[in-house]
Amino acid sequence: MQVNLKILRYNPEIDSKAHFETYTVEAEPTDRVLDALNEVKWTRDGTLTYRRSCAHGVCGSDAMRINGRNALACKLLIQDVGDSMTIEPLMGFRVIKDLVIDMDQFWENYKKIKPFLINDDQAPAGRERLQSQEEREVFDDTTKCIMCAACTTACPITWTNDKWVGPAAIVAAHRFIYDSRDQGQDERLNILNDRSGVWRCRTVFNCTDACPRDIKVTRAIEQVKRTMLYDNM
Amino acid sequence: MLSRGGGRARPARGGGFELYSWYFFRISGLVLIFMAIFHVVVMHVVNTVDEIDFAFVADRWNSPFWRVYDMLLLFFAMLHGVNGARVSIDDYVHRAGWRIVAYSALWLITVLFLVIGAMAIVTFDPNAFDTVTAGS
Repeated sequence: MQVNLKILRYNPEIDSKAHFETYTVEAEPTDRVLDALNEVKWTRDGTLTYRRSCAHGVCGSDAMRINGRNALACKLLIQDVGDSMTIEPLMGFRVIKDLVIDMDQFWENYKKIKPFLINDDQAPAGRERLQSQEEREVFDDTTKCIMCAACTTACPITWTNDKWVGPAAIVAAHRFIYDSRDQGQDERLNILNDRSGVWRCRTVFNCTDACPRDIKVTRAIEQVKRTMLYDNM
Repeated sequence: MLSRGGGRARPARGGGFELYSWYFFRISGLVLIFMAIFHVVVMHVVNTVDEIDFAFVADRWNSPFWRVYDMLLLFFAMLHGVNGARVSIDDYVHRAGWRIVAYSALWLITVLFLVIGAMAIVTFDPNAFDTVTAGS
């Protein structure tokens, strides 16, 4: 089938502002949007720039706005989008070139919540720190995050407020806060108990809609809020 | 940039206020649903706008129940709205100078409206009704 891709292009060396360019390529309905993009880059215009790595929905590199919705180009099939689509970079961060955005702020926020196991106790000799299935289940949902930034860039607070920590960082914090093996709960809750932390969330649910891994992001954020509330009252 | 690198956790900065303001937001929102509906029912369904005059208000504010009710409605509605505006200013107003202007205006309006409203509710004298009608 013939597929029309209307892509928002921006080359900082030539363009003063972004503009759309349309390409028509041959693709199968069961191809992914990424395949169509590759077809454009490999056969039509090699200057088209976008991030992609594993191409199988795991690395989280190719999140972009497809017909106005954040999605992974490697996970979305053409038959689910139709033969005509508009592809734009994620919103809220500076565009470096074409579909590539500056993720620095995103990673700064991720680092801020200490995304690593904090446990000063000596690990049990010769084996891992054990955890029951029930204890693991508590934070199972947030372990699925691939840090593609689809949630954070779908959040209207991100679009206007560059201090906002963002849903992805809270999901990463959630993954450790409720981990029975972790001892950094207070530290992380302290970091998120801030006007730019969880309290900035207005439960718009864009993050939950955008997540390509179907993580219930808003629910995770609300869970963190509730923990703080219960701790303080 | 926001990150403090790999340092230890910084203490919560104004976090207590944000937590309680969020909680107040939820509670006041819930309370306002019922209070505002009851207010609308009494003022606009049971009684119509045509019937509401000075005598109606005088009669209503003769009862301590309505004075307390209206005072609560005033504070809940005003503070709930102001809290929302405060958060929106934080999101949308980025220049330091404009932030000071916006926040100052917001707090000034808040205090002014609460004081004027509270004064009206507390100092209102139902007996003044007679004086007003006698004078007309």
